[in-house]
Amino acid sequence: MTSRSSSAVGHDRTDDRDPLFRYVLAHADDNLILAQRLSGWISRAPDLEEDIALANIALDILGRARMLLDYAGRLEGRNRTEDDLAMFRSEREFTNLLLVEQPNGDFAHTMVRQFLFDAYQRELWDRLCDSEDATLSGIAGKAIKETRYHLRHSGAWLIRLGRGTEESHRRTQAAVDGLWRFTAEMFEALDTDRQLAAARVGVDPSSFEAGWERCVQEILTEAGLQIPDHGFARLGGRSGFHTEHLGLILAEMQWMQRSYPGLTW
Amino acid sequence: MDATLLSGVDLVTARRPIGDLVAAVPDPELPWVTIAELGVLRGARIAGDRAVVEITPTWSGCPAMDAIRDSIRAVLGEAGFGTDQIEIHTRYSPAWTTDDITEEGRLKLSQAGIAPPRRPAPEPVGATRCPLCDSTGVRQVSEFGATPCKALMVCKSCLEPFDRFKEL
Repeated sequence: MTSRSSSAVGHDRTDDRDPLFRYVLAHADDNLILAQRLSGWISRAPDLEEDIALANIALDILGRARMLLDYAGRLEGRNRTEDDLAMFRSEREFTNLLLVEQPNGDFAHTMVRQFLFDAYQRELWDRLCDSEDATLSGIAGKAIKETRYHLRHSGAWLIRLGRGTEESHRRTQAAVDGLWRFTAEMFEALDTDRQLAAARVGVDPSSFEAGWERCVQEILTEAGLQIPDHGFARLGGRSGFHTEHLGLILAEMQWMQRSYPGLTW
Repeated sequence: MDATLLSGVDLVTARRPIGDLVAAVPDPELPWVTIAELGVLRGARIAGDRAVVEITPTWSGCPAMDAIRDSIRAVLGEAGFGTDQIEIHTRYSPAWTTDDITEEGRLKLSQAGIAPPRRPAPEPVGATRCPLCDSTGVRQVSEFGATPCKALMVCKSCLEPFDRFKEL
């Protein structure tokens, strides 16, 4: 991505802006931050095929983020480009899920994070294919098909790792235990969600929690992994309250444009 | 632009229709296939003194889309359209699918050693023919390959590795 304009830097988070803008931006942020995280694996994956797979998945997810950011910019109507929205917003203005900003950890952590997110994305995009908003349904039509590839990949890895060696099982179970507290946030319906669901433009995420659980339970069972029985949940990402990791991601992702606004290459 | 020069519209109508010009733009990664054959080109028309082109992305993150936009600008620029006379719109709906690749495009993929996507696009399982020896005894090495649109395959008969265009 190249950036052209830095003039339209916004710090206001007034809720009177278009709910569709905020909705599209939140889903864009999920994908942007996860793409940034996954890119960290390039040249470091366990084998060449996996390196290529993670890069491909990161690229699909980045592409999805770009389409959504571009659309958000047009909805907002303040001439902010996809790059402005990616590079010139601060931590409190990002509304991604806490799950996607969690560190890559070991390969098991990355795959569990990916699997939990892919299962969520499949439910989400499957429903948004029927959105009354033509742009959103068009993006969904593409995203759902790519997500099926991602989910098949991450699900297969969970089974392989869970049923692999004692060590791979231990690490994968530790990842499930560590990341589970970030899953409830995916299904927390905000006013924006309910408003847009009523207008048949968006979808209320609480409506597909059961479908997500079925998919996750099925794979975890096959992998011989347990869902932790504590009900502890971390929320806040959708409101701009993040874990300490997001600031560090943004520092790395944005520093070039922050230091040299408008730089292109 | 020099005011005495012919406008883009005059130049184009004097030569080839704008649709033909744009349709012949090659894909940067698969240069023997055109964007029309890939189903990326959704339309091209002249509106006043402007050329208006509609394209649709293939895989979400495919960097070829940026290169395709540049190539369309270059082709229309050569045809006499000024930078401000070229509009390229991205259409997301209906979403592109590998079913949009024409028969000619499929044939060219196959001739270049890339197994074309099956149609209608199924869940990507099942038989694919080796584009080199036509054997159906093939194995998928990875569902993710050198570009977002390709999977890594190997033929168990001729032992050659090859790419498969993934169904989307």
